[in-house]
Amino acid sequence: MRAFKFTPSSEPEAAVKAVKANSEAKFIAGGTNLIDLMKEGIEGPSELVDISRLNLTQIRSTSTGISIGSLAKNSDTANHPLVRRDFPMLTQAILSGATAQIRNMATNGGNIAQRTRCPYFYEVSVNCNKRRPGSGCSSLEGYNRNHSIFGFSDKCAAVNPSDMSVALAALDASVNVLGADGKTRVIKFNDFHRLPGDTPQRDNNLEHGELITSIEIPKSNFAPHSYYLKVGDRASHSFALVSVAAALELDGGKIKQARIAMGGVAPKPWRAYAAEKFLAGKTPSEENFSAAADSEMKAAIPLEHNGFKIELGKRAIVLALKRAAAGNA
Amino acid sequence: MTNGIDDREPGTEAELQLQADEEILLDELGIFGESRRKFLGKVAAAGLGALVLEIVAEQKALAFDAAEPSLSPLTVENPVTVSFSVNGMKKSIELDSRMTLLDALRERLALTGSKKGCDHGQCGACTVMIDGRRVLACLTLTAQCEGREITTIEGLSHGADLHPMQTAFIKHDGFQCGFCTPGQICSAVALMQEAKNGELSYVTADVRQKTATIKLSDDEIRERMSGNLCRCGAYPNIVAAIREVHTGKATDPMAELPLEVENASV
Repeated sequence: MRAFKFTPSSEPEAAVKAVKANSEAKFIAGGTNLIDLMKEGIEGPSELVDISRLNLTQIRSTSTGISIGSLAKNSDTANHPLVRRDFPMLTQAILSGATAQIRNMATNGGNIAQRTRCPYFYEVSVNCNKRRPGSGCSSLEGYNRNHSIFGFSDKCAAVNPSDMSVALAALDASVNVLGADGKTRVIKFNDFHRLPGDTPQRDNNLEHGELITSIEIPKSNFAPHSYYLKVGDRASHSFALVSVAAALELDGGKIKQARIAMGGVAPKPWRAYAAEKFLAGKTPSEENFSAAADSEMKAAIPLEHNGFKIELGKRAIVLALKRAAAGNA
Repeated sequence: MTNGIDDREPGTEAELQLQADEEILLDELGIFGESRRKFLGKVAAAGLGALVLEIVAEQKALAFDAAEPSLSPLTVENPVTVSFSVNGMKKSIELDSRMTLLDALRERLALTGSKKGCDHGQCGACTVMIDGRRVLACLTLTAQCEGREITTIEGLSHGADLHPMQTAFIKHDGFQCGFCTPGQICSAVALMQEAKNGELSYVTADVRQKTATIKLSDDEIRERMSGNLCRCGAYPNIVAAIREVHTGKATDPMAELPLEVENASV
């Protein structure tokens, strides 16, 4: 691991300034992803600015919904009474990710900013445009069973690994950020992560030195009919092959509004807008769920080894919608 | 040797040959001097459970004897001084900013109970508790531990007085090689508190329902312990040990073996 200067911080503004002043500096909070990447030699900051003591851990009700501190632990967030009551799908998504130990360490800001687990990104001896821009993508010609079927480019097909982000995408969350100039800005969740295009090295739209301070989720009526389904190679402690966050607002036996986002299928949490649109105004039947899934998945483009994700994705959408409709949160 | 009495004829070739084998075995086990005689006596007279207990107590005593580390690094880059408490004892050490908590515990504080399995947060062998919550020491920077209270496997027992979870692991044979065991036990101890607090898991049926405490089914135990891998595959016994501590109902490990075979002939 490259040697680094360790800089404690007690105020967000000071932390932002410290990182902004050094182009090789990074924030560190829970460290579950960054320390691993530093051990592998994928990340090599010359300075770590410790933000773990900043007072950004509150989870509270606001006039528009809920505000979740960026430095609240994943486990505390999942178990918070407000989150459980109003956004149970977020609780389920967080609990489906990683292990109890990691959820006790990982923060919300770190979770949504975590990097891909593409094996070619993790193996420093092979080409990877995300790790070494311009070197080429090893996954497109290599073993791409775990890779994208939506939104990838000829530069990168890695998927975003976060479960939490999939639920946040479906719930139309937004991300509050503090910039180096002391100004704050709001990034809509769908604009937070980026598709790879020609710049796969950038996972999200944060500028260097920008600090996530909180995540906001607007009020909704999805709580009674929402579900997070995760399908992986193991029942626990594995990244999603496909996951689905499904939420329905039912009104008089009809679907007033549907929200569906998918994980494990794209470089960012994938909002299934086509499926959502199809379901609006329809009855919550298996037939309609299946047609909605087909309408979304017909746009998928399989790579050599991940064609199975199309059928798996369809079935996962249908099952998640059935459980959401049944109120299985 | 039966009933603790060596019945080999003294001075015969057989006796000398066996003694030589025993010497090698005891050397490999790292058991020396007085301990050798105790070891042989315990094996014959007291059964393996008592032996394990004895070894656990001795190892713990050794770890605490070495509490003031004699190990100092040759060079320290970007030194940071960190003060924290480990198993109730205040520690203050200067170390390289890169040093993980796992390395600090093992290499600087001589607390080698926490194990380095994968060193990438995937196996759980390094599980310790920080401020009462289970975490992975291999992904924790020591520099971030200022003022924290750390509990390792060495801090769970008091001399030969084992933590109930340790006793249950021994009783239910919740290990084979033992490498993952300190992490398994730390994880299981923290899990008991999480269940008492009503904390959820992915297999908890209704997350919207208010829960004071959670009664752990075997599925709940398995899901919640999935961060601790055991390559020997002692999982059924680990679940049995945790179930016993959680329910407070003692079960007979032998009764759980699949002894009944249909259409068996003797």
